[in-house]
Amino acid sequence: MNARPQRSASPVQLRELRFEIEEFNAEYANTLDEFDLDRWVEFFTEDAFYRITARENFDHNLPLGLVYCEGRGMLKDRALAILKTTTFAPRYLRHFLGPARILDVKDDGAIEARANYMVVQTELERPSQILQSGQYIDRFVRAGGALRLRERHCVYDSLIIPNALVFPV
Amino acid sequence: MTIESREHSGNGNGRGRHEPGSFAWPDGDLTRMPDWVYTSDEIYRREVERIFEGPTWNYVALEAEIPNPGDFVRSSVAETQVIVTRGTDGGIHVVQNRCSHRGAEFCRTPRGHAKTLVCPYHQWTYDLTGKLIGVPFRRGLKGQGGYPQDFKPENHGLPALNVTTRGGAIFASFAKDMPSIEDYLGTEMLEVYDTVFSGRKLRIHGYYRNSIPGNWKLYHENLKDPYHATLLHVYLVTFGLMRAGANASMMVDPSGRHGAMGATRGSAPVSADAAKQMGRAFIDSLKLSDERILDFVPEFREPWTVTMQTFWPNLIIQRELNTLGVRQIVPRGPHAFDLYWTMFGYEDDDDEMTRHRLRQANLMGPAGFLGIEDSEAIEYVQDGLRRTRDGVAVTELGGREEGTAKHLITEAAIRSMYRHWREVIGV
Repeated sequence: MNARPQRSASPVQLRELRFEIEEFNAEYANTLDEFDLDRWVEFFTEDAFYRITARENFDHNLPLGLVYCEGRGMLKDRALAILKTTTFAPRYLRHFLGPARILDVKDDGAIEARANYMVVQTELERPSQILQSGQYIDRFVRAGGALRLRERHCVYDSLIIPNALVFPV
Repeated sequence: MTIESREHSGNGNGRGRHEPGSFAWPDGDLTRMPDWVYTSDEIYRREVERIFEGPTWNYVALEAEIPNPGDFVRSSVAETQVIVTRGTDGGIHVVQNRCSHRGAEFCRTPRGHAKTLVCPYHQWTYDLTGKLIGVPFRRGLKGQGGYPQDFKPENHGLPALNVTTRGGAIFASFAKDMPSIEDYLGTEMLEVYDTVFSGRKLRIHGYYRNSIPGNWKLYHENLKDPYHATLLHVYLVTFGLMRAGANASMMVDPSGRHGAMGATRGSAPVSADAAKQMGRAFIDSLKLSDERILDFVPEFREPWTVTMQTFWPNLIIQRELNTLGVRQIVPRGPHAFDLYWTMFGYEDDDDEMTRHRLRQANLMGPAGFLGIEDSEAIEYVQDGLRRTRDGVAVTELGGREEGTAKHLITEAAIRSMYRHWREVIGV
């Protein structure tokens, strides 16, 4: 898990790649902070897999997702459901991301990377609270030169969710 | 936990405070619901004592979580922490997670495997049935100290609860003389129960946990109130999973405490009049990109495409299309409760069926298209009840009738539940 990537990338290339992923993640986080779920979908490949799950599931290889999307169609449908059909109280969200760590660069160019995340939620008349503290476990690929997520598992340590998790993380 | 600031802070928070003995029911019998039902510390105390720790069967775990001797999970009955174990003889035991020595809640891991249960503080050791089998330095050291001769380890086991199982689910009770689970549920409720828990081996898919800032009974009410489903849940109505006028039944057992909502999704086109009645709940123009989430693979004999069973006092059994799960209610004072969700399929599901259930799980849970809205609605209600004085809610839909109804536009099941509850609580 903590093995350093050896193949196909020099230290300089790795540093540049890390910077590229961090730029990607910063844009991703900002998109969610702005609730722009239509744009959020565009960070993923057509055949992407996206899941938010508790660490108690991930650590025991239990497949359940709080959010479980196979393919961009399901990501779009989640965006549509949240923006067009779902009732919830107004809130602000702020994503705080840690530095990206590259675990491996595969021969086909796929990149395995991780980054810690924290989401702070602020509701009317209530103090800000940590909604989730967790880690992105990612697989990036290149599509037309640009990075896209082929897989993102959002694995959260904070097992008990305060009431509801409305937006993706 | 980060939600302390928004939940109960004891006596000070419910403005409609009531002293014991002052619980006068408003006029209108069960069509009116006074706020203190949901906000009073005294009422909550009675509920723990007379309901959760009284003559009820409380859900604690699934057998599939502890398949082998030595397997255990932490669980709770109301706020009392328990350990559910599979003993060496294969039997299931539910014991309090409190060391008999100094009271430590010693089992800290959510689930695991062990030969004995050991409190790390002074290494008092119990077998998987809760019997005390090891007390270090019981006879002292070199003739000094230790426990007196008349100290009897057999008097210091972990208090054990009464246990029963059916179809793969485990229930515990503080009461010794409990009716069988069959008699407790009654014939009609048992039929709904047995549909999911038919004895077909379960496969656990995983867990959700959330903390809802509302009274625990509001969760039962939410699932005994099919009215809201056709109005709050735009997703459900728009994509045809449940609509007013559907073939449906809101079932209630003879005691009034258990219930089951069953409905069949419609395939008929929506008439202009029906669309108007549904108001904002029906958005004709919305289309899904991936409709697999709405697929239904028939797998049960009963007619409903959805059933939500409220098993008194702490369990919801969910079946929406092919997504299956149980929700354990853990009350945390009058103003909050935790929900522990265990989602599952069956051992003989193929990979595609498992993935279908996992995709469909997006409907439910703390991030589910329906789950989000139920959590939010309950928070709205509790905020309304706790921040005003001496309010009374209206539960008059469907008139004064109680018991089973063959339609969705009624609150009869809520009234039935409170007929039972008032008798037990003595108000």
